[in-house]
Amino acid sequence: PPLPVAKPVPMAAALPGPRWLPAAAALLWACCGSAATDGIQDQAEQFFRSGHTNNWAVLVCTSRFWFNYRHVANTLSVYRSVKRLGIPDSHIVLMLADDMACNPRNPKPATVFSHKNMELNVYGDDVEVDYRSYEVTVENFLRVLTGRIPPSTPRSKRLLSDDRSNILIYMTGHGGNGFLKFQDSEEITNVELADAFEQMWQKRRYNELLFIIDTCQGASMYERFYSPNIMALASSQVGEDSLSHQPDLGIGVHLMDRYTFYVLEFLEEIHPASQTNMNDLFQVCPRSLCVSTPGHRTDLFQRDPQNVLITDFFGSVRKVEITTETVALDPNLVGLETRVPNDEMATEPLKYAEQLPVAQIIHQKPKQKDWHPPGGFILGLWALIIMVFFKTYGIKHMKYIF
Amino acid sequence: PHWVSGPEAEVQRMAWAVAAVLGLLLLLGSPGGCGGSPGPPRDSLREELLLSPLPSGDIAATFQFRARWDSELHREGVSHYRLFPKALGQLISKYLVRELHLSLTQGFWRTRTWGQPYLQAPAGAELWVWFQDSVTDVDKAWKELSNILSGIFCASLNFIDSTNTVTPTASFKPLGLANVTDHHLLRYAVLPREIVCTENLTPWKKLLPCSSKAGLAVLLKAERLFHTSYHSQAVHIRPICRDASCLSVSWELRQTLTVVFDTFSIGQGKRDWSLFKMFSRTVTEACPLASESKIYVDISSKTQENELLEVTPPPLSVHEASVQGDRRTYAVYDLLSPLLFNVSRSLNVQLKWKRPQDSLDLSTPVLHAQRYVSGYGLQTGEISTLIYNTHPYRAFPVILLETVPWYLRLYVHTLVITTKGKENKPSYIHYQPAQDRRRPHLLEMLIQLPANSVTKITIQFERALLKWTEYTPDPNHGFYVSPSVLSALVPSVLAMKAEDAEKSPLFTSLFPSADGSSYFVRLYTEPLLVNLPTPDFSMPYNVICLTCTVVAVCYGSFYNLLTRTFHVEEPSRGGLAKRLANIIRKVRGVPPL
Repeated sequence: PPLPVAKPVPMAAALPGPRWLPAAAALLWACCGSAATDGIQDQAEQFFRSGHTNNWAVLVCTSRFWFNYRHVANTLSVYRSVKRLGIPDSHIVLMLADDMACNPRNPKPATVFSHKNMELNVYGDDVEVDYRSYEVTVENFLRVLTGRIPPSTPRSKRLLSDDRSNILIYMTGHGGNGFLKFQDSEEITNVELADAFEQMWQKRRYNELLFIIDTCQGASMYERFYSPNIMALASSQVGEDSLSHQPDLGIGVHLMDRYTFYVLEFLEEIHPASQTNMNDLFQVCPRSLCVSTPGHRTDLFQRDPQNVLITDFFGSVRKVEITTETVALDPNLVGLETRVPNDEMATEPLKYAEQLPVAQIIHQKPKQKDWHPPGGFILGLWALIIMVFFKTYGIKHMKYIF
Repeated sequence: PHWVSGPEAEVQRMAWAVAAVLGLLLLLGSPGGCGGSPGPPRDSLREELLLSPLPSGDIAATFQFRARWDSELHREGVSHYRLFPKALGQLISKYLVRELHLSLTQGFWRTRTWGQPYLQAPAGAELWVWFQDSVTDVDKAWKELSNILSGIFCASLNFIDSTNTVTPTASFKPLGLANVTDHHLLRYAVLPREIVCTENLTPWKKLLPCSSKAGLAVLLKAERLFHTSYHSQAVHIRPICRDASCLSVSWELRQTLTVVFDTFSIGQGKRDWSLFKMFSRTVTEACPLASESKIYVDISSKTQENELLEVTPPPLSVHEASVQGDRRTYAVYDLLSPLLFNVSRSLNVQLKWKRPQDSLDLSTPVLHAQRYVSGYGLQTGEISTLIYNTHPYRAFPVILLETVPWYLRLYVHTLVITTKGKENKPSYIHYQPAQDRRRPHLLEMLIQLPANSVTKITIQFERALLKWTEYTPDPNHGFYVSPSVLSALVPSVLAMKAEDAEKSPLFTSLFPSADGSSYFVRLYTEPLLVNLPTPDFSMPYNVICLTCTVVAVCYGSFYNLLTRTFHVEEPSRGGLAKRLANIIRKVRGVPPL
């Protein structure tokens, strides 16, 4: 459960007494209690800071095919910002539905650009994609969110968040009123997404969640959320289309969507110690630049967006407690390696296997066939033969045969 | 410790100091982890780059990084990893792996124009593993191993399951030390659709001890490595002999990366190459953890006259080796020798062609193959494989392994193998038919190739209709058939003597050679792209409407024809006056006229 929110209670309201007393007390407080106010304000602000200890990010691009280059570029720019601000690869689940960088149609292989004239390569040299190509399905996405993953899934493909994790979920692709299309073959609806978040809440898999979606009619995707501590942003309202930014004539496709382009510009100015808050993110792409109206939803969120730092979700700013006590280490602790036992020596020299042992292969014994009971045809044939025999010669011969 | 006063304290303090000093010595003096006398480090690293100009003007660069660890990985208690990466070491000990070979490739090695490859890999991802004989459930270990590898290498290896895994019986014998070769411990799978990109190169580079910060690995930059005609990166783990007597086992990890740079897209049409032109970087130092770090440039010439290539800076030594049955000369640059960086701090090897190449230099490789699918329509087809033996007088056997997915139903009675017009009966055939949605087809044949001949193998198939949910999101692209594998012992032109594996360059010791008269080669054919009958996923609503309309019209018409009865009608007579009169009579209640 989230931390109880303490509201500063004005001292005047708590005191009983004659009518003029609260006013006088308030005046006194206002004039000469400035230092005390600061102290109380600091304490109050402490309550408003987030109580998270680790950050996770789930970045999903759901579109396939070369002309949806911009969706991959969107996701990679958020990936780049999130990595730059401190979230490590082990805490990022990156899902890209198609490969644009090494696509045969890409004139510059191993690059994905976000600005025309190929200014910024968001693919970089150090990227780790966890779910790629056909693995990006609605089922895998929901399994990642809820944690119901088959047991042999590697660690890099799991969302191992706990109740003190702040998770950033970014989705982009083609969508409509109430759904988001995955790879041109299936959809996820806003009801399914809301239910997945509720499962996460009941399993205490997040502390606070920021959901950003950049698709057409994106605001419909967050209409149905009902779990606490979720803040959502979308690039367009219901009935509006999100538009793409600019094509590059060398590559031949649109490179980014408008909303994410301006979000990327905004995030490039953030560094791990920034104090920029969410209200600035809400103003990022006004109608003049974006053509669509970005929307946001904060009613489920406990804290005031003004007190929520951008780095609470996009960065990995940890709380550090500095202690002044001394800790005594055990002086007898010496790093001894256990003696490695000597390896066994074989009695006769080992040899390499023959790569093409022709004689051995030709004389390989065929595998013993397992005995199967006779199938329908054989049984039927024998039944026919026996019937004909007994019809011809009579049933009285049976006792001599069996 | 309790501090007591007096002479006891002195003794205690001295004892503690001695213990501390001893502990410090132990820590510093035993990097390998021996508790007693520190021995030489038990692991070593060799790195090597081979530049071979190809007959067509392109250039192939093969990187090999070999980490060798003199230890027994399967024993408990191994926890100190130095050069051998911990991720792979733990994998081997947990799943009791004896050999592991994983490769990720983009492109196809054109054997006919480029020559025989040192180590070819099929397009996509290929994984084959030999397990130890103490493994009880090989299939379960195989499934878990492929899942873990998919996480390590960021590839979709988790799609490896029983529908694309086979157990070859004659090919893929172990490349390392082996005493048991029961083929039930071998699993082989290929994912021909797998893409290779920077996200696969990044974890591959992280397995190297020096990463990409020093040594030859600084040349590995993704933007240049993927702008190539052929890119193949592989990881090979196998047990090898520790020394010449071969009484104990060491583990070897080889990471190889082969790229072929194209003359026209990178070289701008000119055939002069340099390290900077290829990788946009030069080498400045060797990896400090490597015991050997060398660059080899293939300067052998076919006509034995003057040299074809001029290499600058002039090499310090020249190495001659018999590789793949041929005598080849290599210029060697040893990055660990101090003489190399005397003149300039960075090494940029440049190759220039002295005279224009003519077709005499192009020699066809002894064994090459191609495969194609023929037929028309979406019901049947035929897979044909052509194997060429261009040796003038020697015949040799080749094992052909074909894995065909279950939705292309092969008809083995249509299998025809012809050489020079006559039928060629294989000495060994192993055929395992497919089970729908459970197992692919496996066809393994040992075919004798006569000298100077072309062998054609054809087999017909029928395409199956998949279920709605089994189609990929882009089914109109087609479905891939994994490349077929040809393993052969090719007779060599020269007799090769077995060289010591430790002293010879890495690219000569990939396959263990039994005798000097032939060398082992493994070739892959092209993958095939086959269209299956695909429903039109884009218009189910329209199709249902149209179908229903047609059915309704058809059925309705027949129903009417069968059930409607016909009556004869009186023709109507009379003009307007008669009708008016009839109306008046009807009003009066009198029967009409």
